[in-house]
Amino acid sequence: MSAKVSAPVSTFQSESQSNSSGTELVDRLRVRLRPDQVRDSATEVNLYRHDASNMSGHASVVCFAESRDDVQAVVQVANEFNVPFVARGSGTGLSGGAVPPDGAIVISLSKMNRILSVDPVNRIAWVEPGVLNLDLSTQIAHLGVHFAPDPSSQQTCSIGGNVANNSGGPHCLADGVTSAHIHAIEVVLPDGTITMLGGEDPEPDGLDLRGAFIGSEGMFGVATKIAVKLMANPFEVATLLLDFSTVADGAYLVSDIIADGIVPAAVEMMDQLCLQVVEEYVHAGLPVEQAAALLIEVVGLPAGVEADVARILELAQARNVGGIRVAADEAERALLWKGRKSAFGAISRVKPNYYLHDTVVPRHRLPGVLDEIYEIADRYELFIINVFHAGDGNLHPLLVFDAREPGVMDRVRSAGDEIVRASVAAGGVLSGEHGIGLEKRDLMPLMFSDVDLAAQADLRRAFDPALLANPDKVLPSPATCGDIHSAPEGAWV
Amino acid sequence: MGMSSTEANFLDAASERFATEVGAEGEVTIAGSGTRSGAVDGVRLVHAPVGIEWVQPAEMTIKCGAGTPVEEVDAALREHGQRVVIPSGGTIGGALAVGQSGIDRLGYGPIRDALLQTHYVSAAGEVVKAGGPTVKNVSGFDLCRLLVGSRGTLGFFSDVILRTRPRAQAEQWFMSERDPWELIAELYRPISVLWDGATVWVHLEGHADDIAAEASTTGMVETDGPSTLPQQARWSMSPSELESLRVATPGSFVAEIGVGIVHHTRPAPNREQDAAVVEMNRRIRHEFDPAGRLNPGLAD
Ligand SMILES: Cc1cc2nc3c(=O)[nH]c(=O)nc-3n(C[C@H](O)[C@H](O)[C@H](O)COP(=O)(O)OP(=O)(O)OC[C@H]3O[C@@H](n4cnc5c(N)ncnc54)[C@H](O)[C@@H]3O)c2cc1C
Repeated sequence: MSAKVSAPVSTFQSESQSNSSGTELVDRLRVRLRPDQVRDSATEVNLYRHDASNMSGHASVVCFAESRDDVQAVVQVANEFNVPFVARGSGTGLSGGAVPPDGAIVISLSKMNRILSVDPVNRIAWVEPGVLNLDLSTQIAHLGVHFAPDPSSQQTCSIGGNVANNSGGPHCLADGVTSAHIHAIEVVLPDGTITMLGGEDPEPDGLDLRGAFIGSEGMFGVATKIAVKLMANPFEVATLLLDFSTVADGAYLVSDIIADGIVPAAVEMMDQLCLQVVEEYVHAGLPVEQAAALLIEVVGLPAGVEADVARILELAQARNVGGIRVAADEAERALLWKGRKSAFGAISRVKPNYYLHDTVVPRHRLPGVLDEIYEIADRYELFIINVFHAGDGNLHPLLVFDAREPGVMDRVRSAGDEIVRASVAAGGVLSGEHGIGLEKRDLMPLMFSDVDLAAQADLRRAFDPALLANPDKVLPSPATCGDIHSAPEGAWV
Repeated sequence: MGMSSTEANFLDAASERFATEVGAEGEVTIAGSGTRSGAVDGVRLVHAPVGIEWVQPAEMTIKCGAGTPVEEVDAALREHGQRVVIPSGGTIGGALAVGQSGIDRLGYGPIRDALLQTHYVSAAGEVVKAGGPTVKNVSGFDLCRLLVGSRGTLGFFSDVILRTRPRAQAEQWFMSERDPWELIAELYRPISVLWDGATVWVHLEGHADDIAAEASTTGMVETDGPSTLPQQARWSMSPSELESLRVATPGSFVAEIGVGIVHHTRPAPNREQDAAVVEMNRRIRHEFDPAGRLNPGLAD
């Protein structure tokens, strides 16, 4: 990420205040781990103030875990000293999930990055949480299998982070998000107990604790080992780029395809501004004159793929498709995907900063909500780029700006707030894949009543009665609940 | 009961009535149509709302009362060429509460992934919403996954929004005497691969030409369907552990290859549960239903 906003330090209060001196804590950690695994110099601690969002916090110390026992030791010390802790994968989260609560211990999992076992026949791999998403699929490609969730950040994000955020990606349309691809998770619970949630077997006894843990944003404990489901690599792949003279035509086609009974592996939309900036960056021959393009991928066996492609093109004609480009070979396919996945990098050529939103609306509301989003951006005089997972209605409006411009942050914040509200009002949800974290914590009442939130708090209390695991995220505190204007500084609400 | 109302938003009012019926005190149990072991004996009985509020084919979602028969949902979706990944028989709420997937789990995934949103009635007698109406959503903790398979001990499903899937254009069962692990490695995303120690039954879906081509390269022959599944016991094993069944009497079981469920004539071996998992189950149940009034006795 080249563009990052230097935001004010968040001022939220941690629910469990540290009552001990920092050096005592660090000394204790250095007894439980090797001293070089425990870093508390200002420079090093500062590196861990952010994730990829614009929010920041202040940790007291950073620990580099190399094993489950290291993680357990740190969590035990956190309990002894009553200090909050936060697990950290690669820090690519966009909702402030890995931003440390004040005075917290950061537990970095990046050194726990081994692939432990791969069973290509029964399609299960065991990995440590710090394994990078793309590394897993690359390293097992020769076995004919892959890990399906493919966030656009897949070169850098960790599988532990994917689990904690229940991450998605372009290819989650047909195959489902992370939750559908996790069999079991070894965790260090917030009180330091080690256990296994779920199992390799399909119906473990009792409640689905595995399911409850996935998407818990570091608040239910630390994942130290993960059994992931592997999928067979596709037999045949067809990648299409269709362009349209209106955004609405492209957006309607998405619903038409699904209603027709076709679920492509991926359906991504890029609007004109996106096509233009990406084209300058990757030179893929993108249709820069057009209002929008859909990148559609169909996978499967030959006859099925052929029939689906033919039907999609028929439906596209009815929506006034302009250009139709079918990737002729793997190189062209890779180029088209590079266009889609380098959107964020390319955007820094327009303005130095961006803010990426993440909401979901019912597919049939896409045209209307996109109109509203353009109108909002216009009104706040902001550049907006739309590049998103259209197939599941997952919008990613990207506000592009220059943070040095006086007053721009307020406009970005207000525009973002309106976009989220417009999505929820259209029957959508707050987040499709980036999570709630700090960013949308105080917007939770837009979707959930006090009673609904209390149930979520009950679940959290069962996992973490002492409220030490990444406190202050996801759930609005009772004081701020219902009052969506008292957000932590730096949060876009 | 059994009649489906088509009034817009009728489920909101139905959920409120259902919550009043469940109340906040005293033991209470819920029954669907009783096909999945049903209610707790001797305890006050309630029924969840029935009926389909809407089907949205282009969203691939359906909203219905939890008391709606699976067959009714199936029929409504069939009109649109869609289905839900919920085993047939009984009610939607019953199937979700029990949480057992069908024999198509290999191809379609587990039942827990079918539930997008629910209003359930809590032990306090309140209507609580979990999840969200869209096919993709990570807003808040995943109470939906937690509720599926919880046997009504955390709350009673009142209404649900389910993810639907398109029905395949063609489908066919096949038989083979080949090794099931060899077969599964050669097939592209089969829907089911069942094995009784001697015979393998394979279910394929997709384009008719692809199905025929796969069958001929793997040497399978068409059949009407698998043999009847033993009903006595349901084992849950790691898919790799199924190899241990090579020494079991052929015909005494039918195993779901690649999944790990075994439909067996013999009772499942006792499994040790980790103490921390037992404790976490207890804590969650205590948070959700401190008095243990919902489906008492079903928690273990
Ligand atoms: C350019 C860009 C594109 C992106 N595209 C996508 C996308 O397409 N889809 C998508 O879903 N996301 C996307 N993201 C967001 C982000 O990459 C994902 O949320 C990712 O899964 C985070 O992984 P991480 O390792 O960086 O986690 P971090 O940012 O380090 O942490 C995220 C959360 O997980 C917790 N956590 C991390 N590791 C563990 C663990 N082992 N145990 C318990 N909790 C843990 C943290 O406490 C925190 O709450 C994108 C981000 C960027 C910058």
